[in-house]
Amino acid sequence: MTALSAFDKALLNVLQGNLPLCSHPFAALAEQLGTDEDTVLDRLRTLKREGYLRRIGTFFDSNRLGYRGTLVALQVSPEHMAPVAEAINLYPGATHNYEREGRYNLWFTLLSPDLEHEERVLDEIRALPGVDDMLNLKAKKKYKINVQFRLR
Amino acid sequence: MKDLSELDKRIVRALQGDFPLVEEPYKVLAEQVGISEEEFLERVKALSEEKCIRKMGAVLRHREVGFSSNVLCAWEVPEGQLEQVALKMSANPAVSHCYDRTTAPGWPYNLYTMIHGHSRKECEQIADMLGKANGITNRMMLYSKKEWKKTSMKYFCES
Repeated sequence: MTALSAFDKALLNVLQGNLPLCSHPFAALAEQLGTDEDTVLDRLRTLKREGYLRRIGTFFDSNRLGYRGTLVALQVSPEHMAPVAEAINLYPGATHNYEREGRYNLWFTLLSPDLEHEERVLDEIRALPGVDDMLNLKAKKKYKINVQFRLR
Repeated sequence: MKDLSELDKRIVRALQGDFPLVEEPYKVLAEQVGISEEEFLERVKALSEEKCIRKMGAVLRHREVGFSSNVLCAWEVPEGQLEQVALKMSANPAVSHCYDRTTAPGWPYNLYTMIHGHSRKECEQIADMLGKANGITNRMMLYSKKEWKKTSMKYFCES
């Protein structure tokens, strides 16, 4: 992985905001940065290949699309950790799944199209061998979702 | 929440994959959906105005860009102060996510912040500062030990 140049940092800072909504968005971005479309596309492909970019794309408001979200904390016996984590990973609505320090040692987020779907998935996970306790921490209000890192 | 038309759902499905790094990305996506680029751009604009789309742009791999440490910090905030504290914590640039959540028996934490720093020590300092600034003393620092999964949601793909 090569180090980020001043241009890369400027490009990534701009791109963490909003991509212009027009026919040639990368040309519009290039103009803001005082360069051309080819240079922007070329650097972005490289930065993506080198692993700096998790994703370029569209981020949706899950609630506005009709989905409900929750954060689930599990207490899992250490010897069952891997099979439980892998079983959770199979659910498409389980988007983030982390082993964490503390009594509740496995935490995942779950998006579901409706309550019935959510309850069914949680019942299945609660019944997995090694799951000793479950907390269902439903999102009541989202105050901030904004993963942006200012690069200097 | 609003009911999305079948066309909008097709547009969401096209947009939720990786964005094409080509000169005319919307043209490529519009072709996948089977509509003109112009109509596609119009619908995307409408979905943004309706707040169905939060953002179009990039998310970086934070470890690769130097933010090597992060922690999910759960706070116990008195109900009457929740909104005010949440807004104050959200204003801190080191906080990427801030959610108010239901509690559970034996689990009094009702506010969750994702804090990013260059080290675990820095995360602790930021949490200390957030706690102090808001008069919140009870918190739980949930450091991750292993990432089992991190993906973006694929909407409207349930079988």
